[in-house]
Amino acid sequence: MKSWIRHNLFRSWSDGILSIIFGALAVWVIWVLFEFIFITGRWELIQVNIKLLLIGGFPIESLWLLNASVIAIAFWMSSVFGNSAKVSEKTVKLSTKIAELVVRFGLILAMGVLIVLLIGVMESISIAMAIIAAIVLGRLVNRARWKFDLLARIPTVLWHALLILPPVTLVFLTLEAAELKLWGGFLINFYIALVSIFLCFPIGVLLALGRRSTLPIIRFICATYIEIVRGSPLFVLLLLSGVALEFFIPQNSSPGAVERAITVFTLFTAAYVAEIVRGGLQSIPKGQIEAGKAIGLSPVKATVLITLPQALRNVIPAQIGQFISLFKDTTLAGAALSIVELLKVSEAITKQPDFLGQGYIYEALAFVSLLFWVGSFVMSKESQRLEKRLGVGQR
Amino acid sequence: MSPLTGVSAKPPFWRDIRILKWAFQFTVLAIVLALIFWLYGNYEENVAKSKIPTGLEFLENPASFTMPGSTFDQSSPVWAAFVQGFINTLRVSIIGIVLAISLGTIIGMARLSKNFLVRLVASAYVEVFRNLPLLVLLTFMNLAVVLQTFPRIEQAWVPFDLFVISNRGIAVPWFEGSDTNLILVISGAAVLALLVGVARSKYSDRTGKPARISFFAFLTFLIVIVGAWSILGYSWTQPVVDGRGTVGGLRLDPSFFALVVTLVIYTSSHIAEIVRGSILSVSKGQGEAADAIALSQGKKMRLIILPQAFRVALPALGNQSLNLIKNSSLGAAISYFELTQIAQISVGNGAPAVPAFTVTLAIYLVISFVTSFIVNTFNRRLALVER
Repeated sequence: MKSWIRHNLFRSWSDGILSIIFGALAVWVIWVLFEFIFITGRWELIQVNIKLLLIGGFPIESLWLLNASVIAIAFWMSSVFGNSAKVSEKTVKLSTKIAELVVRFGLILAMGVLIVLLIGVMESISIAMAIIAAIVLGRLVNRARWKFDLLARIPTVLWHALLILPPVTLVFLTLEAAELKLWGGFLINFYIALVSIFLCFPIGVLLALGRRSTLPIIRFICATYIEIVRGSPLFVLLLLSGVALEFFIPQNSSPGAVERAITVFTLFTAAYVAEIVRGGLQSIPKGQIEAGKAIGLSPVKATVLITLPQALRNVIPAQIGQFISLFKDTTLAGAALSIVELLKVSEAITKQPDFLGQGYIYEALAFVSLLFWVGSFVMSKESQRLEKRLGVGQR
Repeated sequence: MSPLTGVSAKPPFWRDIRILKWAFQFTVLAIVLALIFWLYGNYEENVAKSKIPTGLEFLENPASFTMPGSTFDQSSPVWAAFVQGFINTLRVSIIGIVLAISLGTIIGMARLSKNFLVRLVASAYVEVFRNLPLLVLLTFMNLAVVLQTFPRIEQAWVPFDLFVISNRGIAVPWFEGSDTNLILVISGAAVLALLVGVARSKYSDRTGKPARISFFAFLTFLIVIVGAWSILGYSWTQPVVDGRGTVGGLRLDPSFFALVVTLVIYTSSHIAEIVRGSILSVSKGQGEAADAIALSQGKKMRLIILPQAFRVALPALGNQSLNLIKNSSLGAAISYFELTQIAQISVGNGAPAVPAFTVTLAIYLVISFVTSFIVNTFNRRLALVER
């Protein structure tokens, strides 16, 4: 201990001064945060408005559909992506495993507890339990797929169609039950991000393949699109879609703000995804595609079956990074298109008669920051974990 | 018929790979062009119906809005507003890039410090600011810090009697005299300093004596500035509170301050990671070699590690600078008069939306392409030549 202090804090006298300054800084920051969270913070603002902050104007009577879709999506995700990599055969002690789980999910868990406390209803606990159960069940289904002969005989396409059916139906039912206009709060941030991620990915992959193609016209079209989109600011594109989109489509079909936002986020992120995938494609040695040709695969088949899967695997961390920034950028939709997303709601609630003019902006923004921060932080840590598990860059 | 005859014959045109390739390309091209024409046709039809002008004539119309702190007034044409907005965007971007790279480099080095507490604080900084949405930070800086925590002008903070900090902006001591002369003198001094630097480096190459480029360049810069200062008769003023405002010095808009500080904090947290990665990428032998010839820790960093790390980091730094320029468009969300805000106000004041935003996007594209051209040129000159 003593040698650790000597080695890490007081190597020389200048180092000692640095230690004292930065130690004081750290203590001060921790104290300010502690004071704000436990003493001066007036959290009734959040408590009163928690529904607005989380789901906006989403009708309460359709809430069960929303919950069901979230649970279904959790099940689908864990059943498809849950446990595909090889499981290490090492037996780990239960205590280390628990410690690992706490490190991994502690933040999410703490935030869940916080929100449950704020909502103050037991119902939210049961939903949380259902989500966890869905994730566990998904992993079990994923594992069972190759264990039982009966399941293993189902064709892959059919299997995936079966798995994706429940979430898709439920999301459609939810959209039927409550208009998109009514959605708000964190829900709409999540919805925009999720839909845009699913839509931008195939477009981005096609653009990347086009930019790498040997056909000059295709390459030119893709490169022009990518460079123009990457050179323009997202905020300006969002503003543009807000005032100008209706000019470019037939009249009498004015899309809602959320649709506009999703369009812009999809087209914008696709260009960035394309650059990331292109990087992945460039990292695949030429021998791979030559080997494909040697066994008589057509260029399309060689790309789809040999280079693309490896390229996509190599760029998973960069992809997730891009999706995190998409998730964060959904706040721009509020400022540019007046969508009532989380940040917008948080500013609006400080202007309620009960809270007006008393400096509640700190509490409101602290809550918003916490939700976004935990979301992005956990995602980036998970992507690092995935990177290690996939062994990217180790071969 | 022998099977080989089919092989030697020319394949029919619908199986000829060259023809197929071109046919495919022209199909895609036709689809893209059809899409563009369809969009443009809709646009023509729609603007014709609502009688909206499509050209750039709106740039000549009077702007009918004012900007605080500039000579621009209501009767000036819209294009003058765009020029002012462009200048403001450049101002935020240049100051932001310089500060973000400096701060990011310091924090990136601090993350690798041997001191535990320094490392801890730097890591916390990076992890906190990297994972927050920029707009949340900006809103916080604007609404919570500048407009709410900064005192009203009557109770302004006046540290050292030099600055006046209030929620109406920050006033700093500034030169008095013509701005154009100032810019000319500074750029002249910078060019001269650069020339002296090049000359010193050549001299050092020839004689083998230490170049001391930064010392001589800085000295030249200082001499030119001080000389011009006394010849042109510059003086400086310090701001004082006067009623509801400040007199003297240079007043920075609260929104300018909020925007620059936020962009610097956000971008520096990204740059810190880049710097850390590139320092780690410098091979270990380089540092050990520096230790072997008994360079001090500071010299080792400055002369051996950082130049090599910078070479690795350059493309990523260029990317971050571009991001900062593009992110400065968020100034529109806090009413700072940069390009996007000007476009938005103009559209609100009756300028046609599509041409106005097209002009805005074109300006951003030009800025982006020029920046990436500069970065690429530097990169090509500095890139490691592999054996």
